[in-house]
Amino acid sequence: MKGWTRIKSRCVPLDRHDVDTDQIIPARFLLTTDREGLASALFADWRDEAGLVLHDPRYAGARVLVAGRNFGCGSSREHAVWALQSFGFRAIVAPSFADIFRANAHACGLLPVTMDETAHATLVRAVTDHPKTEVDIDLERGEIWYADVEPISFDVDPFARDLLTSGRDALQYLLNETGAISEWEARHG
Amino acid sequence: MSGHTLLDRIWDSHVVSERPGHPSVLYVDLHLVHEVTSPQAFAELHRRDLEVRRPTNTLATIDHAIPTVAGGLRNASAAARNQISTLEHNCARHGIELHGLESPEQGIVHVIGPELGRTQPGMTVVCGDSHTSTHGAFGCLAFGIGTSEVAQVLATQCLLRHRPQAMRVTIDGKLDEGVTAKDLALALIAKIGADGGRGFVIEYAGEAVRDLDMEGRMTLCNLSIEAGARGGLIAPDATTSAWLDGRLACPSGPEFDTAKERWESLRSDPAAEFSKEVRLDASRVEPWVTWGTQPAMGGPVDAPVPDPGELPASNRVAAEQAQRYMDVVPGRALVGVPVDTVFVGSCTNGRLGDLRAAARVLRRRQVAHRVRMVVVPGSRAVKRAAEAEGLDVVFREAGAEWREPGCSMCIAMNGDRIEAGAVCVSTSNRNFEGRQGRLGRTILASPLTAAASAVAGAVADPRPFLGEHA
Ligand code: SF4
Repeated sequence: MKGWTRIKSRCVPLDRHDVDTDQIIPARFLLTTDREGLASALFADWRDEAGLVLHDPRYAGARVLVAGRNFGCGSSREHAVWALQSFGFRAIVAPSFADIFRANAHACGLLPVTMDETAHATLVRAVTDHPKTEVDIDLERGEIWYADVEPISFDVDPFARDLLTSGRDALQYLLNETGAISEWEARHG
Repeated sequence: MSGHTLLDRIWDSHVVSERPGHPSVLYVDLHLVHEVTSPQAFAELHRRDLEVRRPTNTLATIDHAIPTVAGGLRNASAAARNQISTLEHNCARHGIELHGLESPEQGIVHVIGPELGRTQPGMTVVCGDSHTSTHGAFGCLAFGIGTSEVAQVLATQCLLRHRPQAMRVTIDGKLDEGVTAKDLALALIAKIGADGGRGFVIEYAGEAVRDLDMEGRMTLCNLSIEAGARGGLIAPDATTSAWLDGRLACPSGPEFDTAKERWESLRSDPAAEFSKEVRLDASRVEPWVTWGTQPAMGGPVDAPVPDPGELPASNRVAAEQAQRYMDVVPGRALVGVPVDTVFVGSCTNGRLGDLRAAARVLRRRQVAHRVRMVVVPGSRAVKRAAEAEGLDVVFREAGAEWREPGCSMCIAMNGDRIEAGAVCVSTSNRNFEGRQGRLGRTILASPLTAAASAVAGAVADPRPFLGEHA
């Protein structure tokens, strides 16, 4: 994985709460043994909807999704994160995320940004009214900048941020703990 | 005087290492694996030339993609067959016990773990599946993980986690006749909301929880994730030990007595403090059905569907969208709404007691003409036990389909699904849009309510079906 510290991009506003992973990627796309190539499966059952914001050419190329609260609830399928990434998203901004989705996003280098409801509502309005608005996400400082709004700070778990910016992964971190793991196993039989 | 919660106890005894500002390295006792969320994890291991650290702490099954019509793989798609054979190869290569197509113990991952006695009190249990919370019924810290973490556990038997917070849900009183653990769980989710449990492990306590049998406790813990919780947890007691006594992987003889003593000592201290407390009165819970596209959107079967305008502002739009999708009318109850399909099964309600409950309603009755009813046992062991007491005959005579074990219509990825626009009363756990088939409409309910609805041809209150009849 390649580390990163900043994203500058337009944002797609998906103004819906409790978007579950069955919507993000319906189960019929899970019969794969691969993690690539899931872009067309993203929100597959919504794609026919007229006016779906993902189709709006004004947001083409956006790498940030602005979603409603409790984003990614439901199943643990990491395919949801893979599909969002295949589509081109690097960060999701929402008032809250489901726990497993957040862990999966961190594991894959997709940044979940938790933003309080008021700031979030303002951002949704801004990118809806002015689709060309670009946000600048500074991961190291934990800040988002856009238009002439005061920078909005967000919390990232420092450990997760460290992995994201360095591009190191949790598996390697755990493998480095092998000594402690063996000791634990010896103690517990 | 110490004030540890049960969660603290299990957590502390599994911490391998801790560093300030870092998540803990947590040891995993039991890693459950299935065909859908594991192939990319094994591929990662192979890419890095790693082995499975503890094959004996790992247990695999095939459940999500497996056909449930007789005839086995002949009815599976090429993609499903590939996924299944990939797991077979991976398990053979790494020496992992697999209960696949040939095993008499095959079944849904959360049904067979406890059945085989692999799930034991005090353990940490993980699986690439959100309903891993089921195993909390045995006093396990059990939670779902993603595929990257499946790879981490395969390679290191450990996970990185921050300690979750503890919430206690105390359920006093007694459940009425015809009201089940499923109704209780759905009522609780409606009370605290789809994300009311976010960041927490919920410990269930109180008279109504103590009174539940192990199957009911599994149903309750299973649904914890639908309130957004990381897991559910119930302190082990005599009911737990009695259920585990004699299970294949459990200790026996004098060792069982030692284990029993240890298991039943696992509990929260009386002085333990919980970050959040919720109380519920079981005696006021009624048979419950969902009217929306989130498990939290539900109410008593004969209660009017709420008017979105009268809901808190933050829930209004979602309720409107859900009611449009479900084609339900605010102000009117669901009871009497025509039903096309009824599904009894899943890791929520696919165990023997669930099948008995459905059969109790169906005995000497018929599934309504327009309804298709599908009954899918949670495992081959459940199927054998049900057949030994003639439940299959009850289902068949009533006009229901009696299937082979698997996840089936709970997730609709093996070919079992409902049609667009169809209404399905389902004993599974998710009523999300399209969960049981594109544009399908799911109403979550207990096995009793599902069976009663099958007979009535419309959503029905099960209670009138429970008395004697000709
Ligand atoms: S029965 Fe449903 S919820 Fe349970 S493991 Fe299978 S797909 Fe998941």
